[in-house]
Amino acid sequence: MPFKILKKQELVPTIHLMDISAPRIAKKAQPGQFVILRTDEKGERIPLTIADFDRDTGTITMIFQAVGKTTTALANLKAGDELLDFIGPLGNPAHIENFGTVILVGGGVGVAPIFPQVRAFKDAGNKVISIIGARSANLLLWEDRMREVSDELYITTDDGTKGHHGFVTDIVKKLLEGSKKADRVVAIGPPVMMRAVAGVTRPFNVKTIVSLNSIMVDGTGMCGACRVLVGNETKFACVDGPEFDAHLVDFTLLMNRLSIYQPEEKLALEKYKCEREGCTC
Amino acid sequence: MLERQKMPLQDPKVRATNFNEVALGFTKEQAVEETKRCLQCKKPKCMEGCPVEVKIPGFLKYISEGDFDSAIKEIKVDNALPAVCGRVCPQETQCEQVCVLSKKGASISIGRLERFVADYERKKGVEAPTAPEPSGKKVAVVGSGPAGLTAAADLAKMGHSVTIFEALHAAGGVLTYGIPEFRLPKEIVRAEVEYVKKLGVTIHLDSVIGKIDTVDELLSEFDAVFLGTGAGLPMFLNIDGENLNGVYSANEFLTRVNLMKSYMFPDYDTPIKKGKRVVVVGGGNVAMDSARCALRLGADEVTIVYRRGEEEMPARAEEIEHAKEEGIKFRLLTNPVRIIGDGKNWVTHIECINMYLCEPDESGRCKPMPSAGTEHKIETDVVIIAIGTSPNPLVPRTTQGLEITKHGTIIAKEDGATTKKGVYAGGDAVTGSATVISAMGAGKKAARAIDEYLRAK
Repeated sequence: MPFKILKKQELVPTIHLMDISAPRIAKKAQPGQFVILRTDEKGERIPLTIADFDRDTGTITMIFQAVGKTTTALANLKAGDELLDFIGPLGNPAHIENFGTVILVGGGVGVAPIFPQVRAFKDAGNKVISIIGARSANLLLWEDRMREVSDELYITTDDGTKGHHGFVTDIVKKLLEGSKKADRVVAIGPPVMMRAVAGVTRPFNVKTIVSLNSIMVDGTGMCGACRVLVGNETKFACVDGPEFDAHLVDFTLLMNRLSIYQPEEKLALEKYKCEREGCTC
Repeated sequence: MLERQKMPLQDPKVRATNFNEVALGFTKEQAVEETKRCLQCKKPKCMEGCPVEVKIPGFLKYISEGDFDSAIKEIKVDNALPAVCGRVCPQETQCEQVCVLSKKGASISIGRLERFVADYERKKGVEAPTAPEPSGKKVAVVGSGPAGLTAAADLAKMGHSVTIFEALHAAGGVLTYGIPEFRLPKEIVRAEVEYVKKLGVTIHLDSVIGKIDTVDELLSEFDAVFLGTGAGLPMFLNIDGENLNGVYSANEFLTRVNLMKSYMFPDYDTPIKKGKRVVVVGGGNVAMDSARCALRLGADEVTIVYRRGEEEMPARAEEIEHAKEEGIKFRLLTNPVRIIGDGKNWVTHIECINMYLCEPDESGRCKPMPSAGTEHKIETDVVIIAIGTSPNPLVPRTTQGLEITKHGTIIAKEDGATTKKGVYAGGDAVTGSATVISAMGAGKKAARAIDEYLRAK
């Protein structure tokens, strides 16, 4: 059963939003969960975190960055096109309850999956402080939506074109060192960012949760491609996660494992671009 | 006594470089000739050896008479997946083991004959069976592997409305993601699945039960549920270095190759690491399949490391033989101690220790023990761990009142009844890693029990 693309939009350069009609998944989706999709018969199965869902209209929103072959091909689809497979909601929902004050950190495309959590933590009665970061102002995602659901919103850019000139961790550290008491931190973004956030919060002993984007094939616990080391124990990100205690995660291993197929990914992307744009190679 | 017919095979040197089927199948003449050896026993032992109770002497007799149509019809009364069973059943420990001729030399090639008539019918075009009187009852089947497909087919034949929910994007379970093309072509799996659909079964793909719907939710829509969720999570050795790049679970390696067709990368998008040297740990069919896939992906040297001896290997005799013919090396009585990396997180060696078998214990199996001081390293680029799986927790975790053992397998009676009313289970989800045919046998028994339950309801 194919899944229709209802909306497709490039939010900022290389980062795209896609609404998919998937009423059965939308009915069950919760913040923190992900889907696995396949564009066509020869396609790879890739996991994407759910950025939003609407139970009434039966839609799932995903935000992704076009980096490899599959995400680039996905970015080239438009409203009205269909995905061959769309599977979910997978993984465990985020642990949402009234902790008191929660700091939520979204880096790069990680702003998208942090958004439904910000909203859910707010709805659960928390004071939510959000920090979103990007390399540059033109790559910053969903500032308006984030502002709407946050009690406080901080912006950082690596190049200083907007907000704080520096990294999200600078703000986390400042908040924790200052008068802001935090009961929980949730960080979603590139592994280096999540590792840095874990490093900053560790001395303050604040429970910190990260969402791990390991390589997956089936996403249901069958293959073990997504295995990560948490507290020196092997866990499967798909069925045991994707969220884990950041202070226990072996980020070096995560990053090493994410690089397994780098040469193949490069080859597949080059081949795709050649076929699409035509080339003489 | 007549000689057993030889199965025509692809030449080992040629087949080691392609994914085409190894065994080519009997010719008509061979099939008829082979059945002439059957003694048509009054009390056929072979049938007792078949978990799905195929009427073996009956279909063999039809073949001997050249009536292949009646032969396949006779099989299909009891077995909805004959082209699969004819290829992957361990006949040597089942029907063929108890065949009286096995004591006098060689049993009838029951599996190969089953395959022959199933292939004959498929080439000719499979006829849709006549629909039974609808019972008005609805059954949900979770998983479209051998257990689920068998239960679904039998329940449909009994007149029930059956819907299968499959988590992956293709039906067939282990037949699709696990068993390689060269042993079980996917075209055959698709054809058998099509036959089950022709019986009236609906299949929903991409539907992970426990996530998109729980079993409890299914029970509000269906009168009964059968769980054939298979053996989900791959087991690892829990030794150092198992998370290094280049270390695969057999499930991942085979899923990439078979389901995702990574052997055709980059034409297909899913990549796989093709090692020059590959070590596979384990002695079952999954280990043989992994080793032979690695060879076909272009490895120069593939070694199977197994902690017991060849006698103890759980793989089908034919698979071990075929693997040897293709040049797979066997290091028996050898067990991994740790996996060693290059400092940049890639595998370079696997360190093993020699083992010896002590006296058999009460279970009859010899426990392998390490010989101190025999540690040695084997150079390798890829390691595939094929030591079994444990059941997938998604369904038990989300189903109220469904009890599981401490190993995570679903507790079920002989007829498949679980601790939850209206919910039945069978196959690897109940037994842990076993065979296609035992899962089919469990599906069959459960279908009977579900039918009784629904008619009494």
